[in-house]
Amino acid sequence: MAKYILKRLLVSLLTLWIMFTLTFFLMHLTPGSPFLGDKKLTPEILANLEAKYGLDKPILVQYEKYAKNVLTGDFGESITLAGQDVKDIIVRKFPYSLKLGLFSSAIAILVGTVLGTISALKKNTGTDRAIMLIVTIGIAVPSFVVATVSMVVFGVKFHLFPTVSHLDTLSSYILPGFALSFFPLSFITRLMRSSMLDVINQDYIRTARAKGLSDRMVIFKHGLRNGILPVVTYAGPMVAGVLTGSFVIESIFSIPGLGSSFVTSITAKDYPTVMGVTIFFGAVLIFMNFLVDIIYRFVDPRINITK
Amino acid sequence: MKRILALILTLAAIITVFAGCGSAANTGGKAISATIASEPKTLDPSLNNAVDGGNYILCAFEGLTTIGKDGTIVAGAAEKWETSTDGLVWTFHIRKDAKWSDGKDVTANDFIYSWKRTVNKDTAADYAYYVYFIKNGEKINAGEADMDTLGVKALDDKTLEVTLENACPFFTEIVAFPALVPQREDIVANNASKWALDPATYVGNGPYKLTSWEHDSKITFEKSDTYWGKDSIVAPKIEWYLMNDQNAILSAFKNGQVAYAKNIPTDELAAEKDAGNLKILPLLGTYYIDLVNSKAPFDNPKVRKAFSLAIDRNYLVEKVKKGGETPASAFVPYGIADVKQEPDFRTTSGEFISTKPEDYEKNVAEAKKLLAEAGYPGGKGLPKITFGLNSGSGHEPVAEALQQMWKENLGVEVEILAQEWNVFQQSRKDGVYNINRNGWLGDYMDPSTFMDMFTTGNGQNNAKYSNKQYDEKISAARKETDTAKRIQLFHDAEKILMEDAPIAPLYFYTEPVVISKDLQGIVNTKLGFVLFNWASFK
Repeated sequence: MAKYILKRLLVSLLTLWIMFTLTFFLMHLTPGSPFLGDKKLTPEILANLEAKYGLDKPILVQYEKYAKNVLTGDFGESITLAGQDVKDIIVRKFPYSLKLGLFSSAIAILVGTVLGTISALKKNTGTDRAIMLIVTIGIAVPSFVVATVSMVVFGVKFHLFPTVSHLDTLSSYILPGFALSFFPLSFITRLMRSSMLDVINQDYIRTARAKGLSDRMVIFKHGLRNGILPVVTYAGPMVAGVLTGSFVIESIFSIPGLGSSFVTSITAKDYPTVMGVTIFFGAVLIFMNFLVDIIYRFVDPRINITK
Repeated sequence: MKRILALILTLAAIITVFAGCGSAANTGGKAISATIASEPKTLDPSLNNAVDGGNYILCAFEGLTTIGKDGTIVAGAAEKWETSTDGLVWTFHIRKDAKWSDGKDVTANDFIYSWKRTVNKDTAADYAYYVYFIKNGEKINAGEADMDTLGVKALDDKTLEVTLENACPFFTEIVAFPALVPQREDIVANNASKWALDPATYVGNGPYKLTSWEHDSKITFEKSDTYWGKDSIVAPKIEWYLMNDQNAILSAFKNGQVAYAKNIPTDELAAEKDAGNLKILPLLGTYYIDLVNSKAPFDNPKVRKAFSLAIDRNYLVEKVKKGGETPASAFVPYGIADVKQEPDFRTTSGEFISTKPEDYEKNVAEAKKLLAEAGYPGGKGLPKITFGLNSGSGHEPVAEALQQMWKENLGVEVEILAQEWNVFQQSRKDGVYNINRNGWLGDYMDPSTFMDMFTTGNGQNNAKYSNKQYDEKISAARKETDTAKRIQLFHDAEKILMEDAPIAPLYFYTEPVVISKDLQGIVNTKLGFVLFNWASFK
């Protein structure tokens, strides 16, 4: 097990480094500069700015310098938010995305698994059809529509929940949380349903029933444990995606999270922020995948990773 | 029990009395809450490059001159000043009672430090060009001259002598700008990158002091008790909410969280107008298109003029933009003083392209004639014309309307090509398209901020326009000290520009804002700043 974890850790670091390098060079290859606005600067002022941020140096020199800084944990200062360290920006904004992300992931996984199981067990009944109808909507309708419609209906029309959310009260989680979790919830429901249907027809379930085990026992002990595997696979990247914040949802509800700064930093060509946030998001994603592999070890009796 | 009750009542009475005193000390004013932008880039006067940042800086700092209650430039940290007869040397006398928020005296050296820092090439300030007005400013910024050669001198603690590069009759406008406020060397030099982030070190000399900056949420200023003019300041506290989403901003205004809001969704303007909350502020800016002069067919002035005349500017403003914009009859917008303040520069020179609705037919007829004269009757024989713009910022509807007008009036097909902002800027600079969408916001209240950009080879001259006569007028204006002659040079230059039509001005920018009906005493400036210093609720 320890050997396996160590191996995975090394692979993760290598992945992170490749991602870092690719992002760095792609970012510098795309046209534009952080200093171009509608107001064009005189060549002298532009040259001064490039010198200040070291952008006048050859790209390989910049790469080396930046890589060294990152190794010491220094992500540099943002260009568009003068004087603010990228690390501070991440530390300040990520908690918002994290809180909302955890809330949404929990809802998606819990509700999705339960609905999927119910749907599978009550296959082709009215309940199954109703659930399938809702989750089909959840998969088809984009999150910004869900967000806007729920905001208009529950926020503006009925004043049930705040429309501007700083995630300080439970009610401020409801609308953005719903908008963010509706798609993964629907997806998990469908995954869970088909996987459970598959499992129910397996020989070992039949064996379990033949042994005279109760329905509940069969479902919880044998059915769920096998049926949930595809959900675990999906949940890793899903949780990483939801945790790192959604630009759309954060913009609509004015949540000062990290997702929106990621997108705005790219359009503003704020190189240090783009790099810092990319490395951070990449690390979260890789970690979640790593976590999924470990969880697999415990959930799936067929996997034996000591080999 | 009775005793406890009596005690409580007494305490309550005392608290009420104190609370009463508190509000009395604030001269009855209430805190003003507003939103004009999201998180600013910086509050550092040297590094700021935006209107919102400048607006916050003007709360905490004051230049030698400042913006007065009526929106004009008045004496600020300097109570008076003299100018030499050639207009090159300005002597400013700083007020005896001009103080920093920590109680120290504002001195001439505070201004010198600040300006030197802004023009220092290592600071890399976007707004360094505001110091270019001062002798050797541009050379120092380019690293060609020594910092000590900057034309500033402290005659004593309270007297500042400034030598300019060229005579600048509007220099009082320049020193009111947020980029030229004083700074404290003892504070800034200590921590140049972080001092402006922390209220404790953000020491200013303005009417307000920064009390908190909650990133992405709110910036709060409270009235400074060391400001020399504190007795005239009405609003005790200003809260600037930092908001991004237009719909969220409107909701915040509707539910009373903010009493003043900028960036309202265009679709909602009509409803807010009916509700009586909308105010359309004129802004010193022009939206225009480049007709790239360096290649066919726009190397021919007749074709350029034909394209410009065939545009129905009233339709653009009323049916497409709907933000209360003014159709542009020339390049320099309204609001800039002529020889006298009124009538202004634009009104004095009149319309170069008639924007009267009844003249539109005539314009189109003229356009058709010009195009035929240029050898393209009915648009026949024209090469493919491309129109470049940046996508997703509301420019497409304008371009599509123009495309339709050119097709109907001139029989010309124009292809619209939208690019991502960064890519488009490069394309525009390289002259990839025949037509570029463009726009310009003035930096100061003088025609030069608009006219300078069309000199040959200027970095802003995306139309690739070059006319020797025009260049001569502009460089003559730069040296002219007589106001009347100088303004006349700009009038002549604009006439040449409109005759040659390297660009087609479309409309003058405006800024729709919503203001609570109870809020009074707001000052809006043409450069886009809003001051609540004298604002109160009815």
